[in-house]
Amino acid sequence: MNEPAETRSVVIEREFAFPAERIWRALTQPHLIEEWLMKNDFKPVVGHRFNLRGEWGGVLDCEVLTIEPQKSLAYTWNFSHEDAAFDLKSVVTFTLTPTSTGTHLRVEQAGFRPTQKQAFGGAHAGWKQFLARLDDVLARAG
Amino acid sequence: MSAAHDLLFRTLADPTRRAIFERLCREGEQTVGALTARSGVSQPAVSKHLGALKQAGLVRDRHEGRQTHYSARPGALNPLIDWTSQMAGFWQKRLDALDDLLKRMDQ
Repeated sequence: MNEPAETRSVVIEREFAFPAERIWRALTQPHLIEEWLMKNDFKPVVGHRFNLRGEWGGVLDCEVLTIEPQKSLAYTWNFSHEDAAFDLKSVVTFTLTPTSTGTHLRVEQAGFRPTQKQAFGGAHAGWKQFLARLDDVLARAG
Repeated sequence: MSAAHDLLFRTLADPTRRAIFERLCREGEQTVGALTARSGVSQPAVSKHLGALKQAGLVRDRHEGRQTHYSARPGALNPLIDWTSQMAGFWQKRLDALDDLLKRMDQ
């Protein structure tokens, strides 16, 4: 069977009872990004290259692609690996839409190739550990 | 949703075809004849369903003499399970953490 050339994406949507302005800060200020996602050297500048560093030692290579304050943010989410099956190239896009009670946030991660399913399983093992630790931290922080 | 996903869903949408696939998963390798005996449809129909399942990568065939044996490919459904569920799970967790952070943030 030939490997399809197209890529896959996943979309997560969530309503928050907070204004877009507050969510935008959490998405674009490094010390806040670190609290819910990962350590980083993010800057809200198109073309800025930065890393997201997981506590498990994984480093994601990212580059800001689009910025529309309080509306839309997109950056690459790449994980370099010498083995092509583990190499990951994707784009994460956050889209904010005001609602009557707060803000709707849509997160889309696109660009995984079908051949990456193995790689993804491998990365997931590290992520699980990382998420478990983060949940501990959040629970202690109250 | 990719074309590969479309093909998997489309292939498994037919109840007779899905029943054949489920039987191969449950009971292991079988000949067309054995599958036909309990499927309630004709042998050519079963063969046609097996061809579609094979094209979607859900089954493989093995020729032995004049018989063709079919078996399910256990990894065939992974594209449906792995990718979306794992990535969705990751972001759901992160957004839980984001919601928690938003509650703690200054106005």
